[in-house]
This record gives sequence, C-alpha cells and structure tokens, in this order.
Amino acid sequence: MSAPRLEIEALTVRFGGLAAVDDVSFSVAPGTVHGLIGPNGAGKTTLFNLISGLVAPSGGAIRLDGQRIDDLPSWGRARSRLARTFQNIRMFQDMSALETVMTGMHTRLGEGLAASLLRMGGFRKAETGAVARAWELLAFVGLADAARRRSGDLPYGDQRRLEIARALALEPRLLLLDEPAAGMNPSETLALEDLLEKLKAQGLTILLVEHDMHFVMRLCDRITVLNFGRRIAQGAPHEVRADPRVVEAYLGARVARSLEAPQ
Amino acid sequence: MPEFIDDFLFTYQTLVYSLGINGLLALSIYVVLALGQLSMGQAAFMGMGAYVSALLTVKLGVAFPLVLLAAMLLPALAALIVGAPTLRLSGVYLALATIGLGEVQRIFFLNSELTGGALGLSGIPMKGGLVSIYGSLGLALLACIFVARSRIGRAMEAMREDELAAGALGVDLPAYKLAALVVSAMLAGLAGALNAHVTSFISPEDYGFHAAVSILSYALLGGIGSPFGPVLGAFILTLLPEVLRSLADYRGVVSGAIIVLVVIFMPRGLLTWRMGRVGAATRRPS
Repeated sequence: MSAPRLEIEALTVRFGGLAAVDDVSFSVAPGTVHGLIGPNGAGKTTLFNLISGLVAPSGGAIRLDGQRIDDLPSWGRARSRLARTFQNIRMFQDMSALETVMTGMHTRLGEGLAASLLRMGGFRKAETGAVARAWELLAFVGLADAARRRSGDLPYGDQRRLEIARALALEPRLLLLDEPAAGMNPSETLALEDLLEKLKAQGLTILLVEHDMHFVMRLCDRITVLNFGRRIAQGAPHEVRADPRVVEAYLGARVARSLEAPQ
Repeated sequence: MPEFIDDFLFTYQTLVYSLGINGLLALSIYVVLALGQLSMGQAAFMGMGAYVSALLTVKLGVAFPLVLLAAMLLPALAALIVGAPTLRLSGVYLALATIGLGEVQRIFFLNSELTGGALGLSGIPMKGGLVSIYGSLGLALLACIFVARSRIGRAMEAMREDELAAGALGVDLPAYKLAALVVSAMLAGLAGALNAHVTSFISPEDYGFHAAVSILSYALLGGIGSPFGPVLGAFILTLLPEVLRSLADYRGVVSGAIIVLVVIFMPRGLLTWRMGRVGAATRRPS
C-alpha cells in the first residue's frame, strides 16, 4: 500500500470542556475519494477546519505526504497545495467567475510587487497563462459561458461549482469538499457527481463531508464515521453501511434498509 | 504658459495644490481599504511626513528629494511598529491603534520644543509645487492601477470580500495587511511633506482626528471599486466648499448634507465602476 496522502493522528480539539474532535485518527490514500460522515454536530466541519488550518488543534498531528502541516497557518497549507471549499459558499461576489478562478492561482503565480509595477514580459506571460488555465478550469466545471459574469450573480449550484474550480486552480494534492451537494436540487447533484467522478478518474485525492448518503456511498472508496467527535467506524461503503454502530448512531434502521434495497 | 492659465493658477494656487495633495491622501487610504482594513492613522502619517520634512529643510537644509524620501520612510517605520502587533488581530484593532498613534503624535507636537509646540512650524521655504504634487499623484495612481490588475490586486479584493477564503487560497494575510499599511503610510507621508512645502506653515491641529475622518470620507464618497473613486471623492470634497462659497455661512451645512445623502443613497460611493483584476487580455481561447 502506498504512503498516505493525508494522515490524521490522535487529533483533538477542545472548546472549553467539550472535545469537538476527540482523538481521531485515519488516513487517506492517494487517488482515493474518502468520505467523512456523521450526524449533525459530530465534528465533521471542525475536523475540516483543523485540517485546513482555520482551527488550531489541542493535540495530535496532521501530515500531508508525510510532512507535518499542523503548525502552518491556512495560507501555508494552501501553499502545500491543500485546497478546500466551504459548507456555506464563500464567494468573492464582485469578481467575474474568471477572476475568481485566477485568485485560486495565487500561490502558483509568483509575481511580486516589482513585477506587477514594471509589467515586463514575464509578468504578461504569467497572466496570459493564468487566463488560459482559468478558461480551461471553467470549461471543466461547465461554467465557460459564465466566465465574465459576476460571481455573486451566478445561481447557487453554479457558485458551488465555481468554488470547486477556484480550489482546483491551486492544483491541489488534496481537495477538501465540505458538503458540496448541500442545497442542490437533484439534477445539480447529478451534475456534481459527474464532475467529482471526472476528478476521481484524473487521480485527484478528495476528502469530503456530505449528508446525501446515496451520493457518498456511490462516490467514496472509503468512509470514516464520526459521532460526538469520535471515530466510531471506518471502511468501504458496504462495510460502513452494515456496521451496527453506524446504523444505530446515525443512519437509523429505516434508511439502512432503503440503502440495502436494490435501486 | 498662456496668460489665462497663469492668472487662474495665481488666483487658485492653494486650491490646485490642495486638490493634488488630497488626491494623494485619498490613494493612501484606498491602499488600506482595498484589502478590507480600516486605518484612522493617515492624518498622523501625513503629519509625521510634514514635520520631518519641514525640520530637515529648515534646520538642516537637506536637499528636497532626500527630504521627501525621509518623509516617506519615517511613517513607514511607524506603520511597521503599530501594524506588526495589531494586524494579527482582526476587526477594529488597527483603527483603534492608529487613532491612538494620531493622538500621541498630536500631543507630542503640541509639547515638544523641536516641533514648535502649539504654534507649529512656520517659514517653511516653498519647494516642489505643481510638478512634484501632480507627478506624485500620477505615479501613485498608475502604481495602484498596475497592482490592482495583478495577482496582488486579486488577493487584496479577495481579502476584502472574505478573508477566510483568501487565506485558504494561500494569501499570506498578515504580510498583505502590513505591506498595505506601510505603503499607505509612505503615500500619506509624501503628501504631508509636499503640503508643508507649499503652505509654509504647519501646526499640530492640522493632523488630528478631524483630518483623519476627512481623508476617510474621500474614499467613502468616491467609492473603492477602483483607485479613481477615492481621487474623485477627494477632488469633490476639496472643491465643494469653494463652489458653495455663495452660500456663505450655510455652505458647511450643505456640503455635510451632500455627503450624508451620498452615503445613504449610494453606499458604494459615486464611482461604482469596478476595475478588472487581470493583467492580460481575458479573451476566450479558441
């Protein structure tokens, strides 16, 4: 088995007396889609915030390709090519979709203040290249026709896909998706699933939190289940689905039966 | 120069200088507002530049270009000292710290023998003038436009819109905030020095809280979608008292009412046009 892309080791964070994430360990293999599920308040988003550097851990370690990243600020982790999207979309409202995607290339483009002021050949070449790449990414997520529109004016589902394109612009080694299908209608969810399948086929490593169980079960190679901040189960979708602790803590007997029924 | 321009400049010389200097001050606060920070220290940085430049010219007879350089470097140093500890925090801390800086400096100017106390410094020789003022304004405006249309400009707008998301995309938030404050302090210091050398007299009260609010109002009136907005705001607010001169005692009331109406009905300022943030053609590749 290859070395893990992401390794979470005994990660803990306490808010006052409450351990929101309590001694959680798991790892994500390169090129896989790993799901993180659990009831509301299980600590999934907190875990995401720990991994992306928005919340400081009380203990434990986070490694990206073997390197400790838990002492880096969020922008340092982005520089290590860890990208994320947010549960509540965080858009740069006034930017065009194209500019939004280009903002995701911040660390890939190295131009400093002097280069921006002098506008020599290298600067122009880098910007032209970034524009071309942004068009590619927009086409990839199906938003090429919206490239010049104001990001804040795009429909909800398009904003979610734009956020993914912005994250992809980092050329991430690991992409964290926080409830990518939340608030989407069924056809938008299907389009999203197609998009994520394409990314998976390209070999991108994805860790995702999602409440839509059918979506998670179809897409993920492995699943980690959290409840009250603790890891209660882990395995392939069919193993997690059959795990009595998961059924009890989270799915409920009725949903578990519906998942087992042929579709 | 044609005679009528000569006449015009002679009559409105002070006003023409003020327009350029206030334009420069407007750009200085724009640099900070553009990434979502609020500095109330622009008047203090301006005062620092004014006093340093005046003292260097009057007491030591230093060459004018070097005076201008010093008037930019000292406020930059002050910005580093005030900014480094406060910019790691978020929200209003920078605004509070810079108000404090302004007050400390005002009281120092009032009480120090070196700075002439409440009487200020007078007899500052005339230096610079139209070319240096409008040359500086033009260069600063051009620099703001170039920087805005680059990855730095995109990062700054991203920070203003959503700091958390900008950080998650790799924007080094404290470094950007500190750099913006330092650049803004340099611009304000330059404006202060240029102003001191065309007015011949400076006093502590010119650089207090009132002046800080005026500078902020330039940007609020003009809008911060592009660097042109704050400069436009500065021009309007500098011209308004002159245009309304016929209203005599009521002109303060009218110009105040105009600002209030703009803020209520045009919260994004007069110039809502937003400049693009890409430093190359954005055509769709075929």
